[in-house]
Amino acid sequence: MTTVHERPTEHVDNDQHPVGHGRMLRKEDPRFIRGRGRYTDDVQLPGMLHLAILRSPLAHARIVSIDTSAAEAHPRVKAVITGAALAGQGLAWMPTLSNDVQAVLATDKVRFQGQEVACVIAEDRYAARDALELIDVEYEMLPPVIDARHALDPDAPVIRDDLDGKTDNHCFDWEAGDAAATEAVFSTADVVVSEDVVYPRVHPAPMETCGCVADFDPVEGRLTLWSTTQAPHAHRTLYAIVAGLPEHKIRVISPDIGGGFGNKVPIYPGYVCAIVGSIVTGKPVKWMEDRSENLISTGFARDYIMRGEIAATRDGKILAVRTNVLADHGAFNGTAAPVKFPAGFFGVFTGSYDLQAAYCKMTAVYTNKAPGGVAYACSFRITEAVYLVERLVSRLADELGQDPAQLRLDNFIRPDQFPYSTPTGWVYDSGDYRATLREAMRIAGYDELRAEQARRRERGELMGIGVSTFTEAVGAGPRKHMDILGLGMADGCDLRVHPTGKAVVRLSVQSQGQGHETTFAQIVGEELGIPPDDIDVVHGDTDNTPFGLGTYGSRSTPVSGAAAALVARKVRDKARIIASAMLEVAPDDLEWTKGSFQVAGDPGKAVTIQEIAMRAHGAGDLPDGIEGSLDAQITYNPPNLTYPNGAYICVVDVDPGTAQVKVRRFVAVDDCGTRINPMIIEGQVHGGLTDGLGMALMEIIAFDSDGNCLGGSLMDYLIPTALETPDWETGYTVTPSPHHPIGAKGVGESATVGSPPAIVNAVIDALTPFGVTALDMPLTPSRVWEAMQGHATPPI
Amino acid sequence: MTRISVSVDGTEAVDEVEPRTLLVQYLREQRGRTGTPVGCDTSNCGACTVLVDGRAVKSCALLAVQADGAEVTTIQGLANGELHPLQKAFHEHHALQCGYCTPGMIMAAVDLLDEVADPSEQQVREGLEGNLCRCTGYQNIVTAVRDAAAELRGATS
Repeated sequence: MTTVHERPTEHVDNDQHPVGHGRMLRKEDPRFIRGRGRYTDDVQLPGMLHLAILRSPLAHARIVSIDTSAAEAHPRVKAVITGAALAGQGLAWMPTLSNDVQAVLATDKVRFQGQEVACVIAEDRYAARDALELIDVEYEMLPPVIDARHALDPDAPVIRDDLDGKTDNHCFDWEAGDAAATEAVFSTADVVVSEDVVYPRVHPAPMETCGCVADFDPVEGRLTLWSTTQAPHAHRTLYAIVAGLPEHKIRVISPDIGGGFGNKVPIYPGYVCAIVGSIVTGKPVKWMEDRSENLISTGFARDYIMRGEIAATRDGKILAVRTNVLADHGAFNGTAAPVKFPAGFFGVFTGSYDLQAAYCKMTAVYTNKAPGGVAYACSFRITEAVYLVERLVSRLADELGQDPAQLRLDNFIRPDQFPYSTPTGWVYDSGDYRATLREAMRIAGYDELRAEQARRRERGELMGIGVSTFTEAVGAGPRKHMDILGLGMADGCDLRVHPTGKAVVRLSVQSQGQGHETTFAQIVGEELGIPPDDIDVVHGDTDNTPFGLGTYGSRSTPVSGAAAALVARKVRDKARIIASAMLEVAPDDLEWTKGSFQVAGDPGKAVTIQEIAMRAHGAGDLPDGIEGSLDAQITYNPPNLTYPNGAYICVVDVDPGTAQVKVRRFVAVDDCGTRINPMIIEGQVHGGLTDGLGMALMEIIAFDSDGNCLGGSLMDYLIPTALETPDWETGYTVTPSPHHPIGAKGVGESATVGSPPAIVNAVIDALTPFGVTALDMPLTPSRVWEAMQGHATPPI
Repeated sequence: MTRISVSVDGTEAVDEVEPRTLLVQYLREQRGRTGTPVGCDTSNCGACTVLVDGRAVKSCALLAVQADGAEVTTIQGLANGELHPLQKAFHEHHALQCGYCTPGMIMAAVDLLDEVADPSEQQVREGLEGNLCRCTGYQNIVTAVRDAAAELRGATS
């Protein structure tokens, strides 16, 4: 190992020196800027072996035979494992997060290109890859199901013949809202606008791929697993169920993670293979997938084919929204969503508008593609919901000849209507949507932009202005309704104040770059008056952190952030009693000023939280019923989700000669209630907007008719570079969540949710002279060019 | 196996490597320089960028034997007691989140500022086009690089 000669010890620069909320530079940075982070592939253990996975070249085929003899004869190979071997231990299949099953290693047949067929464990990663080439698999090709629109055709081949009695590719049906009431509104409305809206399959593609190091100790029967997981506690419980190991003998450690974006929520076959490999060989086994494997086999995002309808009066009152959705779930239903929500939170497709009725009917199907669906900052399908309604509202504005911003201002849910119950059963907590959109219009100079557009249009230039306003639903969730495979979606928090007044807070959530080590110290600092620099934040190790469901769905601040504030208040309550003894007054006679208790009316008589901490651990009597130490722990069950919102305005120029789209300006105003660290929020927004830019303009995972994945490497799966990405303009309004202990809402996924419709609306607006009213992502030059010629085809 | 002699972050060593061993794996696994990560398999992402004889290269696209006799600098060799101005600027401008692209991004920026002392925003964006980031949306990276450029110019003038 390298000698550590540069320890990150310098004081965290904290330009406003907040004792709590405010701009504060990150505590994580000192190690990352020196290359001293510790990611999964950095873990090296004595005797560690390397695992590589053989993947199917075909989308749909029966496995006739697998010959592993040549691979086993390789001098550096320790083991070769096939599905048949796993089947002997009952491990060939594993449960998914949606109560389906997924093949760990294929036994009967392969169901998507890139599926796991066998694995090799060797002395190093080069030898493991060499040995993959020595495995001989004989396949009998089957016709694949690629286009979801034909998955339920009577003659479609059955993908999931492993399921008892399964004779079609139907995955599930789901509905929300009131079909009859919605039909009644539509049948009498002045204006009805319909549009086919495709949200193509994309991939979160975190910079670090998925991987793990499994270390099974046969003497103690104990498994330690370092892995790229956003939900270490949930994974531990699922491994206990899958592998039959007792839960207290499993330790999952999620070290630094190089981005997750929802890709690292599910359990992948590679993790299970590495665990089995370690048990079989008695050595630690590392598995790190490469980028192509990540793109073709791990959790994709979106893939919703939607038919949307919106009903309104002639003068612009929006009355109802209705949609029919065909959801492509791939070969196994691996959707990471609360069990009672197979379509996630798509039910919020009514958006920010006060509607009379709404209805959604959804059919999900199996196809010969990788599993997934919920990922890439989707907040459980809200990306799709917001894209649908924001396309429909802009389309309606065009139809009515109204300005799209004004139409939104006229139809928003008003501040006095909160808490607001939507026609599909969601209860929004708070919002001032007009204020948020007006702030975006002010920053953008909206009226002047429209005037500029008119001038340019006269000159034949293609300038477009797109508006998107959205309501998110984040912070899953109330355990009465929300669980992942039976685990309620609450989160724990432990807080210990040391004798000298420094503290450690332990979280059940797991950062992947969102800055939890900084912001959770700020939350506790705000409540206790201990400087955030003096508070260490521990996360990701199931032996050392309280149970909880992990980080996704922008749930850390709503759930775990609430737990952190409340656990600090619990400590403060105890501190008050100890302080009352120290100052010899009744607890009620004490006033809290950040960091100390003082006697009411006598500011000279005070004790600091640090002095109280020493007393709590030190000599001398404590008040009756008070035990020593200054610790507390809590599990927080949220009463509702939080509903942040935003208003985005995008300005694009389309080159009339090449059809290249350039985003010239993008204004994003977000309202996530109380802002814990504005610098970190802004960085989250920049990143999310760039995701949205990528999805809107260049990213797609497509397939040819044989089921070959097109876009299975960074040569074809295009991610925005610094060159395509514009300077983002951000703003904010503050409408606190009334039910959250510090009024904070989640925000991490808002920009990814809200930005694609703003960009698409802008491009369609730019193409008005060509009569284009609808266009599907990604808006590549060729697709935009086709639209200008009047014949754009759906992307999938 | 082939014998190579490489200076990594100022430390000379003679090592046996397979001719096919990529420089990035040599640095990570034989020299313990895990600060340089791998982000793709098609030379697109630039996470593995290091300096070889002062020039930024993607170490996943170079064989270790090709670095024989070279001086390699990774992110772990950049701080010379004190942080490099780029490291400081990345921290101060919140130019990193998950930190995975950060080592390669900083090393590519070192080379960029070596070539262009006072880059425009556009020049920074072009200069870092070979480095992908999924978290930051680049804006704070551009600000950090230009801020570090100003500090470096101040230090040398």
